[in-house]
Amino acid sequence: MNVTRGFTGRPRVHHPGLPPGQYDAGDDWPVLSAEVTPDLTPADWTFRVDGLVGEPRTWDWDEAHTLPESRYEGDIHCVTSWSKFGVRFGGVSLDAFLAAVRPDAAATHAVAYSHTGYTTNLPLADLTGGRAWIAWEYDGRPLTPEHGGPARLLVPHLYFWKSAKWIAGLRLLDHDEPGFWEQNGYHERGNPWEEQRYSGD
Amino acid sequence: MTDTFAAPAAFTPPTRFAVPGRIAVSNRSAAVWQTATLTEIRRETPQAATFRFAVPAWAGHLPGQHLMLRLIAQDGYTAQRHYSIASAPDDDGHIELTLDHVAGGEVSGWFHTEAKPGDRVEVRGPLSGFFAWPGDRPALLVGAGSGVVPLMSMVRHHRARGLDVPLRLLVSARGPEELIYAREYGAETTPVFTRSAPRGVPAGRLAAAHLAPVLAGSGLPPGGWEAYVCGSNAFAEHASRLLVAAGQPVDRIRIERFG
Repeated sequence: MNVTRGFTGRPRVHHPGLPPGQYDAGDDWPVLSAEVTPDLTPADWTFRVDGLVGEPRTWDWDEAHTLPESRYEGDIHCVTSWSKFGVRFGGVSLDAFLAAVRPDAAATHAVAYSHTGYTTNLPLADLTGGRAWIAWEYDGRPLTPEHGGPARLLVPHLYFWKSAKWIAGLRLLDHDEPGFWEQNGYHERGNPWEEQRYSGD
Repeated sequence: MTDTFAAPAAFTPPTRFAVPGRIAVSNRSAAVWQTATLTEIRRETPQAATFRFAVPAWAGHLPGQHLMLRLIAQDGYTAQRHYSIASAPDDDGHIELTLDHVAGGEVSGWFHTEAKPGDRVEVRGPLSGFFAWPGDRPALLVGAGSGVVPLMSMVRHHRARGLDVPLRLLVSARGPEELIYAREYGAETTPVFTRSAPRGVPAGRLAAAHLAPVLAGSGLPPGGWEAYVCGSNAFAEHASRLLVAAGQPVDRIRIERFG
């Protein structure tokens, strides 16, 4: 590593919640979607889970809201280097949706896809055990369209491109299948604590 | 008799966002940090300057791609940021970045107050094929502020290679003095000034009237445009809605937002 002449950087903050190479974005919440923000109302929104499952199923807005409410309070991390601390999302744990469709034992991965057609791939193990949500509230208010409203996937322990906005469904697979950014050079898993930004990291 | 193994069919969602990657990305070059030596600084506007670097082992890039740049302090502290590449691919081991001086920005602040030719930083890239334009199809470029940077790489590439494929640039700035690359634009470019404009030119936001000449009638090339939008989120939202309203297919709009 070359030390950069004259560079001192920001005051050092030893925040144990900050993964390597990240900085605290403070109150900012940058929007980085690569596509046009869709006009999608709660009445238009559906969420489907299919693929290697016992019983594929589609929920509409009202049906999804009959599932037990679940919250996430914690941090999120974007591959572009910002992290945001102490965010509060409300929605339903993905475990509740998965329990209803009964995943096959052979299912190891999932492709999450959006109502825009955006895709991202995840190991099933990252979507279960209380670590992933379908979120429709942010800070006690409806999630705004540019942040993925009416509802987005939330997988806060991975870089945030995995948390697909405008979530439309999950297809469970017995293999890994790269999604949109993953086909564009980004890492298959995206663990911020291991700085898995790009393929091969 | 042979056994056949059907490859699993790739999953295609039932909705449109075609926007596949424009190019296959090699990650061998992107995986390695390289030293970039600053060779030249050119002021563009009161807020923005262009920084030229020698990167001898640069693998080359396509217009629209970006890189990751990092600065390293004495104590090992590093700060890294994504920046779009401003220069066209030129095969001579140089790249240019144009950076706004961001208030309180530790990286842009170093560039604008401390950096001088001979200084060395580290880069990895080029990254991402999504926003790349290889020059293969008509391109409608819509940018604001320093969002014009990756679009300028496309304009420069178009000129350097003498490409025939249509290319148009709509670039928004607050006023003429804040228009990056002002001296370089030609007939392909329409500047839009939001706050103060030269005498005889109305000031105002990018509007449907700016898009109509290229998205309707004889302005629309055969096969249509691939649209590339770059700027703040607010600008990207505004511009992409205008494009959709003017008839540009939603799956042929590629957006890069600051953040």
